[in-house]
Amino acid sequence: MDLLHEKTLHFLELTANRLREDVIRMVSGAGSGHIAGPLDIADIMAAMYFYVLRHDPKNPHLPERDRLVLSCGHYCPVLYAALARAGYFHIDELKTLRTLDSRLQGHPHRNALPGIETTSGPLGSGISQAAGIALAAHLDRNGSTTSARSGQASSPRGKYRVYCIASDGEHQEGNTWEGIMFAAKQNLSNLTVIVDRNNIQIDGFTERVMPLEPFSAKYESFGWHVVEVDGHNIPAFIGAIAEAHAIFEKPTVIIAHTIAGKGVSFMERDYTWHSKPFKEGEADTAIKELKESRERMVVNHENKD
Amino acid sequence: MINNDAHLSEKLFADDIPQVPTRNGYGEGIVLAGEENPNVVALCADLTDSTRVDAFKKKFPERFIQMGVAEQNMATVAAGLGVTGKIPFISSYATFSPGRNWEQIRTTICYNDANVKIAGHHTGVSVGPDGATHQATEDIAIMRALPNMRVIVPCDAIEARKATMAAAHIWGPIYLRFAREKTPVFTTEETPFAPGRAQILWESKKPEVLIVGCGPLLYEALCAAHDLEKEKIGSIVVNCHTVKPLDERVIVDLAQRTGAVVTVEEHQVAGGLGGAVAEALARHKPTPIEFVGMRDTFGESGTPQKLLEKYGMGAKYIIAAVHKVYKRKK
Repeated sequence: MDLLHEKTLHFLELTANRLREDVIRMVSGAGSGHIAGPLDIADIMAAMYFYVLRHDPKNPHLPERDRLVLSCGHYCPVLYAALARAGYFHIDELKTLRTLDSRLQGHPHRNALPGIETTSGPLGSGISQAAGIALAAHLDRNGSTTSARSGQASSPRGKYRVYCIASDGEHQEGNTWEGIMFAAKQNLSNLTVIVDRNNIQIDGFTERVMPLEPFSAKYESFGWHVVEVDGHNIPAFIGAIAEAHAIFEKPTVIIAHTIAGKGVSFMERDYTWHSKPFKEGEADTAIKELKESRERMVVNHENKD
Repeated sequence: MINNDAHLSEKLFADDIPQVPTRNGYGEGIVLAGEENPNVVALCADLTDSTRVDAFKKKFPERFIQMGVAEQNMATVAAGLGVTGKIPFISSYATFSPGRNWEQIRTTICYNDANVKIAGHHTGVSVGPDGATHQATEDIAIMRALPNMRVIVPCDAIEARKATMAAAHIWGPIYLRFAREKTPVFTTEETPFAPGRAQILWESKKPEVLIVGCGPLLYEALCAAHDLEKEKIGSIVVNCHTVKPLDERVIVDLAQRTGAVVTVEEHQVAGGLGGAVAEALARHKPTPIEFVGMRDTFGESGTPQKLLEKYGMGAKYIIAAVHKVYKRKK
């Protein structure tokens, strides 16, 4: 992976800001949906869809594409926004979130929309599904299976990488740890899990609801390579991805420390914003604040030039 | 009278009819499917021998994936493989898979429409001494309710092999149901097997009752039809191996001809084959119907024969159900 150019970083930060604004517009327009998580993962989503992933929005079923599995399906407003801005579909469609006949279901449905790799929503099953996709690449790379029809490998010889974004709260599900154990057993080095460590869940702070710490030690003891980063520092996150690519004997987890509701001051660190309807004026206030940050980013960038 | 088109075993009513568990047919079927298509992979949750995946493991070690005792992970890993061009067969006891991992099957296999085949083993009370915890009697119901899922219940080891191979050819989620105990092999290589098509095994000259069955108990249904013939009660016995999608046309047609129906399965009557047939008849042709199967109760430890006797599922109970429905006809 190339060193991050100043202009690229500026573009990614602006994109993250726009994704946050999209999330506010979508969820307030729908009248329901999740907010805090989608806001805090926006920097990582921008980095993934506009820098890390090898994909072609005009050819969403390309066999050799990298796969991004969103395990915490309730984060989907930010996924939809990233897909639309990347060119998978027209940005106007974002307005249809959670409405009848929309392709933008309340939780992502694989067969509804191009770019969605797996259906998710019920927590704890994404890491296992991502492990299955990563395992298919390993099987093909080892030459054990080829497509009966063409005689060609059904996935392109393990050339693709699989990323899975998971929430911290879903590590309370047993299925999550079954998947973590399995990926280590199979040495799935083409699998990178990104955990949004925002410390909140519906009923409160994770450490009060059901403690997860020592979190990184748990992953290490399960045989994973662990990297911890500031999930709002895009260059640091991209560095962590590069590190994951360099580890070839085991899967890597990037524990991304984030601030729930990041980017909107009255939402930050307040677990009640996990999911709740906006009161009159709240969405406008949030959008105004995000626009002001964007203007500051542009000015700061121009001053550097 | 035996339907000659069904090409049933010559030893159908002989004492020395060969007996083989349906799970053996599954074991042979996945090896053959694996030979045909290199994308077939087998996942097993620490029950490789008793679910008969051992032959596949030996022949294709690189395509066998040991999951450990983790059925939820098995279903979700299979979903990932299934959306990436593989044809995973997942094997465990049915109380655990599709029992314990039902939600994972619902969301990641059915809603995802992933090309995964679920083999549920040790179904029915004839699992025997292991007791009710290991006797799956609700699996058809919980699979049948899922959109995108198909449900196939083979009646003997030969049909089990054919059904397994057919499952590899059909795209999409399929539930296959197998039994632990040795049961009569009464079909033959020549017996036609087409998923989704109910098949007449027995047809009297003047049939007055339709017996619809699935799984190894079909043999008991044939024995019952044979005995009823002596009482001058004519019947039709249908092998309804595909519980979903149900062959409604054939079943409704034959129900109309006979005017009375008995369903036979080693499963809860509620939600099983009996429920499926009753739904179809209620919609198209309301007909008196009696159900042979588990009646809202769990099984227990015991020998398979004694359990089938205690819970009322042998030929003698099928005959009793026929008498009962016959009276309701008048």
